[in-house]
Amino acid sequence: MIRITIDDIETQVEEGTTILNAARKIGGKIVPPALCYYSSLKGSGGKCRACLVKVEQASARDPRPMPKLVASCCTPAQDGMVVRNITSPEVLEARRGVVELLLINHPLDCPICDQAGECDLQNFAYEHGLEKTRYEFPRRTFDPIDIGPHIQLHMTRCILCYRCTLVADQLSNDRVHGILWRGEVSEISTYIQKAIDHEFSGNMIDVCPVGALTDKHFRFRNRVWFLIPMDAHRNCAKCCGKVVLWLRGKEIYRVTARKDEYGEVHEFICNECRWEHYNLNDWVVEGPRAFQPWSVINANKYHANTKELPHTLYSKLDNERWNEFEGVN
Amino acid sequence: MRRLLLLEKAHIEEIDRYDIYRREGGYTSVEKALKSMSPQEVVEEVKKSGLRGRGGAGFPTGLKWSFLDKKSGRPRYLVCNADESEPGTFKDRYLMEKLPHLLIEGLIVSSYALEANRAFIYVRGEFKWIIKILERAIEEARTAGWLGKNILGSGFDLDIVVHPGAGAYICGEETALLESLEGKRGLPRVKPPFPAVVGLYGMPTVVNNVETLAAVPWIVLNGGDAYASIGIGKSTGTKLISACGNIKKPGVYEVELGLSVEEFLYSDEWCGGMEGEYGLKAIVPGGSSVPILPAHLALKTASGQPRLLSYESMADGGFETGSMLGSGGFIVYDEAQCIVRNTYNFARFYHHESCGQCSPCREGTGWLERLLHKIEEGHGTLHDIDLLWDVQKKIEGNTICPLGDAAAWPVASALRHFRQEFEAHVHQPQQCLFRRRASFVFANASVEIA
Repeated sequence: MIRITIDDIETQVEEGTTILNAARKIGGKIVPPALCYYSSLKGSGGKCRACLVKVEQASARDPRPMPKLVASCCTPAQDGMVVRNITSPEVLEARRGVVELLLINHPLDCPICDQAGECDLQNFAYEHGLEKTRYEFPRRTFDPIDIGPHIQLHMTRCILCYRCTLVADQLSNDRVHGILWRGEVSEISTYIQKAIDHEFSGNMIDVCPVGALTDKHFRFRNRVWFLIPMDAHRNCAKCCGKVVLWLRGKEIYRVTARKDEYGEVHEFICNECRWEHYNLNDWVVEGPRAFQPWSVINANKYHANTKELPHTLYSKLDNERWNEFEGVN
Repeated sequence: MRRLLLLEKAHIEEIDRYDIYRREGGYTSVEKALKSMSPQEVVEEVKKSGLRGRGGAGFPTGLKWSFLDKKSGRPRYLVCNADESEPGTFKDRYLMEKLPHLLIEGLIVSSYALEANRAFIYVRGEFKWIIKILERAIEEARTAGWLGKNILGSGFDLDIVVHPGAGAYICGEETALLESLEGKRGLPRVKPPFPAVVGLYGMPTVVNNVETLAAVPWIVLNGGDAYASIGIGKSTGTKLISACGNIKKPGVYEVELGLSVEEFLYSDEWCGGMEGEYGLKAIVPGGSSVPILPAHLALKTASGQPRLLSYESMADGGFETGSMLGSGGFIVYDEAQCIVRNTYNFARFYHHESCGQCSPCREGTGWLERLLHKIEEGHGTLHDIDLLWDVQKKIEGNTICPLGDAAAWPVASALRHFRQEFEAHVHQPQQCLFRRRASFVFANASVEIA
């Protein structure tokens, strides 16, 4: 075990743990945001630069500071390391820069984007971004391509986190899509417009931090904050079968894998669970799913009379309350 | 006194042929190293010599070699970075064209020191004729018994593979080079781990520049101390400087580190002074990535010392008033050159060459280019100049590899030293010096035709 101090909070972690995961162990506000790192995908991270932190002391053995800000998602913690995240103005400034640069070519079509409300970039921009853009040149656009019956690709929204290519690489045997071209014009595309079709392809939608890959079956049907997310499971031969059902009344609007508090899926689900079971009777409903207090998904989920904060209330929701919501919706 | 270590034999006719090179004393360092020295002794000599990486960063080569993981018993690789594509730098091209056997000799000795049985030369794809030269030279060396199994009966095996790149500047970054060599997209890797631990195919690897490797035979033959006695301070030995721009004699020169910029620029032995009627305006001393220096800071440091061609002297004053020796791409601008146009030209290059992996560089380099284009075309505002400063600040230091820094530094230094010129472009774009001269040349040409 090694000791690491992040924003003056000390913790002990296993050797080889990254700074980001050490911060997640502490939890709370000092956890750096991450748009490309995904703990269950090997080789992810290092690209979006949202998780930059300042290392004031590299280790107990070598107390010098690191000369540049480092990406916390891929820098291993050292014994005696001292890291500054939200207590360093330099880090916050760099993060503001990353938001601004990510947004200059992002379409900002949140009002019609299905990802709105559960978009990592949206959350990141609310937290760190400027209100106005200083970019006055035409934004980058791409020719639309069809990548199959289930997944909608909006390349203009993509921030090139490479997560979806890692899903295809690590969950299936035949990756047919990847990054084409170089630099600013790089794009996610399939090999000569081939349709993406393998049993776990739907997970690309879940790992996408923005609205570049969205669910064609759910597209334009509802907003996530109008839906009630419920944990549910079924016996599935292909995957764990543990999902979140997004309901309005008794109708299932979409099925997704379960994301943790950092928006990461640890148990991926198959396409059958995702798209072929829209009947509530197919599922064993476990109960409502809790979200981070600031998440817009909590909106409209509690009575106006209740003085309690949405998240405390939300985690306390029992089936009785759930029935009330059923009435509301 | 001009002293040549690398280019000593470059003037000899057909020195790229094995017979001639051998007749002139080539490959003796291999004989010496393999017959009378242990690998560790070679590493020690290189450490003593104080040789520093000639690719740009100036990291001590001996130290880099000593980081190589030899204990685990995994195969080790030596990779020669010949992907020279920095604007303003053309020293490796000259070296490989004239003295391919010197590079091969350096590779054999260095591989022996690192106990690597396979070496790669990653050549820039545009150097088609050089690939041919290298391949022929390797074939000659193999026939003569300098490559292959059990070289000189020492039990040391080595083979060299020449691998052409496909035209990406980013593949000159060492980890992107390794990715490209493995047949993947040339994207820089996230460090750590460093190549000395996890490099080519996951094995311990050393990546060295052509010029660095070419300096090793001399060090082995004459000893590390002799090499360390040349040069100044921690900048030991000689360096190839590729001089270009508005000078009388552009070309590749080998200089002893510590030569003053003034002498290098104005002496007839080297650049021969400014070409044409205009005086010196600015110098980019180490390839397009390094900060530009205005005339008064190019010849003298801020503290009044003469500016020397050495790693320390060039960096004297930090980025405020200094620059870097970099790869030795010495670009000279006379007073008729437009700094805004030049900065735009560099920004366009970095925008085009950004790999697109990490967000600040991917998005920021394009923004820099567009802003500079706007100012250069005369549509800029004073606000754009401040914005330019802000944008470069957001790229610098926040990227995976140094390409982001390389894109930001020229912009930052141009704004720092030539802000008035940017402002002039805003207020009176038609007065741009470059256009004035272009129209002048055009007018004169038409007179001649008439």
